[in-house]
Amino acid sequence: MLPNPQLNQHGELQHLLTIEGLPKEVLTHILDTAASFVSVSDREVKKVPLLRGKSVFNLFFENSTRTRTTFEIAAKRLSADVINLNIAASSTSKGESLLDTIDNLTAMQADMFVVRHAQSGAPFLIAKHLRDTGREHVHVVNAGDGRHAHPTQGLLDMYTIRHYKHDFTKLKVAIVGDVLHSRVARSDIHALVTLGVPEVRVIGPHTLLASNLEQMGVRVFTDMNQGLKGVDAIIMLRLQNERMNGALLPSAQEYFKSYGLTPERLALAKPDAIVMHPGPMNRGVEIDSAVADGSQAVILPQVTYGIAVRMAVMGILGGS
Amino acid sequence: MKIHIKNGRLIDPANGIDAPKDICIASGKILAVTEPGKKPKGFSANKTIDAAGLVVAPGLVDLSARLREPGYEYKATLESEMQAAVQGGVTSLVCPPDTDPVLDEPGLVEMLKHRAKNLNQANVYPLGALTVGLKGESLTEMAELTEAGCIGFSQAAEPIVDTQVLLRAMQYAKTFGFSIWLRPQDACLGRGIAHSGPVASRLGLSGIPVIAETIALHTIFELVRQTGARVHLCRMSSAAGLELVQKAKKEGLPVTCDVGAHHIHLTDEDIGYFDANARMLPPLRSENDRKAIGKGLLDGTIDVICSDHTPVDDDEKLLPFGEATPGATGLELLLSLSLKWADEYVKPASQRLSHALARITSDAARIAGLHGGQLSVGSAADLCLFDPKARWKVEAGALASQGKHTPFLGHEMTGRVQATIVAGHLAFDRGLK
Repeated sequence: MLPNPQLNQHGELQHLLTIEGLPKEVLTHILDTAASFVSVSDREVKKVPLLRGKSVFNLFFENSTRTRTTFEIAAKRLSADVINLNIAASSTSKGESLLDTIDNLTAMQADMFVVRHAQSGAPFLIAKHLRDTGREHVHVVNAGDGRHAHPTQGLLDMYTIRHYKHDFTKLKVAIVGDVLHSRVARSDIHALVTLGVPEVRVIGPHTLLASNLEQMGVRVFTDMNQGLKGVDAIIMLRLQNERMNGALLPSAQEYFKSYGLTPERLALAKPDAIVMHPGPMNRGVEIDSAVADGSQAVILPQVTYGIAVRMAVMGILGGS
Repeated sequence: MKIHIKNGRLIDPANGIDAPKDICIASGKILAVTEPGKKPKGFSANKTIDAAGLVVAPGLVDLSARLREPGYEYKATLESEMQAAVQGGVTSLVCPPDTDPVLDEPGLVEMLKHRAKNLNQANVYPLGALTVGLKGESLTEMAELTEAGCIGFSQAAEPIVDTQVLLRAMQYAKTFGFSIWLRPQDACLGRGIAHSGPVASRLGLSGIPVIAETIALHTIFELVRQTGARVHLCRMSSAAGLELVQKAKKEGLPVTCDVGAHHIHLTDEDIGYFDANARMLPPLRSENDRKAIGKGLLDGTIDVICSDHTPVDDDEKLLPFGEATPGATGLELLLSLSLKWADEYVKPASQRLSHALARITSDAARIAGLHGGQLSVGSAADLCLFDPKARWKVEAGALASQGKHTPFLGHEMTGRVQATIVAGHLAFDRGLK
């Protein structure tokens, strides 16, 4: 087994690249730290000085407003200087390579990179490059890489589940939709399994399920009604527009008919089941508005906890 | 130049020899193979090589080495790669036509042969493009290309989408007795970047399923049945694919196949945390597939091990996995990786060297239609002298190839080439006694 590139030689978190391989204690520590930050957002002065004087670069090689904004808010609440770079529209189109960009920004004394990239594994390449060039002190946070991982989303989902359900070890959790292309699903699966959830289910048509998913520790369902029976939490995944009509799915309407979360389907889950969604939602495609706005939905609290969780991650990485 | 090689262990799989023998070389040819200490009357060597402790073998024949000329000189040049060949003990190599421009015109082939010949190192045998520009649309002038020096016709890594074109290509090749070299991969199913399986699913890499290989094989075998064309299958990757090849061979179809040296030893698990050095075409597959490859080499399903040498520069490798160019340097690792295969699969131990060497000398020469790969009296004096026990570490700086990327970087290898002789001249000498 290769050494985990996220941990330093003392077993401490150096980067956050994926939830896979992180010990339960590390995940729990992040969630506990996040809990202490939730109240910061309710104060009149919403700041703590943990990252004062540090520079956080938001490097978004793929467009995203929501995730970038939550990282920006989280870094600012930790008193860091935040620089946003929307590289999808700048350097790479000028022909600069990913690692050249990193070298240039490191020369500007970056302390932390928050990276989103369309290619699975891009943040690993950056972390390896920093190590190979003796700049281990610069931290990398994966804000979503291709289909691979979105660890802070996974952690904020865990925070939300823990908040409402308290004990992971008695839960059934269903992840519904485009698992094949979803980095959120992969991070959620690793987190749920690590935290001891005894039954993690994924639900979707065969065209949207990756092969060999069982080996990640999940039960695979293609029938939504069966998959939802008795679950404590439902994580709906976003269906990207470009996947709605083509060889993966015939139409958004047909998808909604088979896999849309309606009040009738939600009734199959436990009465107190919570409904989650990483956003942005496609109402009427993967989720009925009556559910999205209903009493069991915790989609907006997820956003709030997302800031606390990102503060916790950046604080743990950069605050030492 | 007359060379006398003494005290070595001569292994010549083509002639079934594995014994202490001396060799006399004159006028670029093998003059005599004698009992130790003997030599033909009147033979006086200009150079005597003491091969004590070394294996004296036919020069290796590599069925796939990309030299990157013309067009990709920034990745590698003929000079660097020909040096890599002789440092790896390779005296004959077949190069695929995926250069820029592709090898689809006789002039380009003649130029390449001419440039290679002037370097006076390994013999270069180009494969011509099967279709113009490798586009899979119209046939190349195969007869002209053969006259220019092509030994077969290939689509390199570009599968033909239009089965009608592939049928015509086989019919035409059969007419003149040309062989067709195809990498079995369905054009559409093969678009992913890693073996479809738990690793790709976990890492979020788009998959290349095994059926990309088996469906292509079914199509190829049907076309071979129809046309009788001789087909060499390049770079087998799966257990299921090998099962089909085995059946096709049993049926008597005129097919042969090879495997890239990396695929004998590595699996998709070696991708680790997105190591782009483990990005290959075809993709590294499962442990089950890897074992089937090892066994297939033993039972004759697979005929040959090739290096699938593909120099890739930093700019195209130091990228996220999905954007990195597939392929690895291989010429200088071919011998060691083949010996490593024999160590794992061949019993008894005394036959390991001859088994491994057969896969990279006589069997390869037979498929390419070359006279090399053997040490018969009168044949070209292409030899490789190596220390079968010497251990060495794969280090980028020590590789002659301009391609420095290999998943074996930092690994220990066994078996080191000490000298390479091409047509009777010493093309490489690491320090002979």
